[in-house]
Amino acid sequence: MTLIELHNVSKRYFLHHKRQLLAQRVADRFRRDRQSFWALREVNLRIEAGESVAIIGANGAGKSTLLSIAVGVTSPTDGTVVQRGRVAALLELGSGFHPDLTGRENIHLNAALLGYTRSRVQQAMDTIIDFAGIAEFIDEPLRTYSTGMMARLGFSVAVHLDPDILVLDEVLAVGDQEFQRKCMDKIGEFRRRGKTLLFVSHSPDAVRSLCRRAVWLEMGRLRRDGDAEDVLAEYRATTFSTLPG
Amino acid sequence: MTASHDHFYILYNLISKDFKIRYRNMSLGIFWSLLNPLIMVAVLTYVFTRVFPSHIDNFPLFVLIGLIPFNFFTLAWATGTNSILDNASLVKKVRFHREIIPISVVLGNVIHFLIQIVMLMALLVTFGPGINRQWAWIPVVLGLEIIFVCGMALAFSALDVYYRDTRYVVESANMVLFWVVPIFYSFDQVPRQFIPLYELNPVAAVVRAAQFIFLDAVAPPGRLLIKLTLVSFGALVAGFLLFGRMKKRFADYL
Repeated sequence: MTLIELHNVSKRYFLHHKRQLLAQRVADRFRRDRQSFWALREVNLRIEAGESVAIIGANGAGKSTLLSIAVGVTSPTDGTVVQRGRVAALLELGSGFHPDLTGRENIHLNAALLGYTRSRVQQAMDTIIDFAGIAEFIDEPLRTYSTGMMARLGFSVAVHLDPDILVLDEVLAVGDQEFQRKCMDKIGEFRRRGKTLLFVSHSPDAVRSLCRRAVWLEMGRLRRDGDAEDVLAEYRATTFSTLPG
Repeated sequence: MTASHDHFYILYNLISKDFKIRYRNMSLGIFWSLLNPLIMVAVLTYVFTRVFPSHIDNFPLFVLIGLIPFNFFTLAWATGTNSILDNASLVKKVRFHREIIPISVVLGNVIHFLIQIVMLMALLVTFGPGINRQWAWIPVVLGLEIIFVCGMALAFSALDVYYRDTRYVVESANMVLFWVVPIFYSFDQVPRQFIPLYELNPVAAVVRAAQFIFLDAVAPPGRLLIKLTLVSFGALVAGFLLFGRMKKRFADYL
């Protein structure tokens, strides 16, 4: 079954510069030469259930825009998007966390926003707290947490509520080695249960260990889509041809 | 959008978030909900019985009847208008029905509104004309006001994303509204030629209806109720339509 399907997806952003005054904005409406840039151009992508796909590419290649469109946070300028199944998108660790709420309250808020029911959350509550390793702080307000604790909590909420697709945007870069290893183990386990993973990463090791397939974006276009090793090798050869290693 | 999204669970969590954040660090907590209108009533009573004496019976209760629905409207409209921008990080990063945000803010204000209404009823029984059977109309009138505010909050929160001046328009409108809704003067004192204008204003209609029910112990006139119903549901539909059109590009503008 196809869980995410992008068909000829393009995304254009308009540049506003300083033109925010009403008169200028009205004038802009009727201009045809508004400055814009295409963050994505005619991207086609199908992600089947059980696949794990990495998105690689330089900064500004359109990776985050692609994820935002794939999970439905923003809509494409052209093309169509079809998405099935329950997505847990971590475009940012702990999106929706509020510093004045306690860890437990934030779990409820976050899980509700990710689309889970109260009973599902209550079932998973202990596991979430346990994995994040913050049991003694769970009823303290989040502003007393360290960055690492917040990251652990955010990841733990997303991964323990049993989504069909886990979407991660470079979120593993935060946290210490121990946390990263724990996350990788957890994602590996998630994969073995036949779940789908879509993630953006700059780490070739993470891509290799988690994904069979990689998609390489270059200036908004899909440059290569294929076996992770091959795509990584070509990406490396092109991008770092002038650099040693 | 997944059909299995638990909208009530989201709504509950967003409302309780706002509620907890607002009161967690205050020693008087929810008591402010009651204190706030009472302070306003005290000041208005001083001005309009000592400085510009007005000859309305039981002036403090009269003011409170107008002030409570007015306060609810202005607060819910203003905070609703800011709600999408205030929750920009959610809108940019998480997918869920965006309509829930302004609606949760309005419903959060409803909690305070209801507490104040209960206080008003207690005061009416203790110091005023007491309970009468027309009170049965109160849920209808309040319900219509809530529906109207939801529509306004939806429309203006969406506009606020694209035109950040929207919040100042709302603030100014609320300031004007305080003077053109019969809160501290009675509807009978309004010059005849302005009455049609008052009839167009749903907030004035709500206040008028509350005065009929609480003070005159009569049901609000049918014409007033029908107009209020039409305007409230009209605002709600218009709000949803406008919001629905504009929400697709929220994430690009935040």
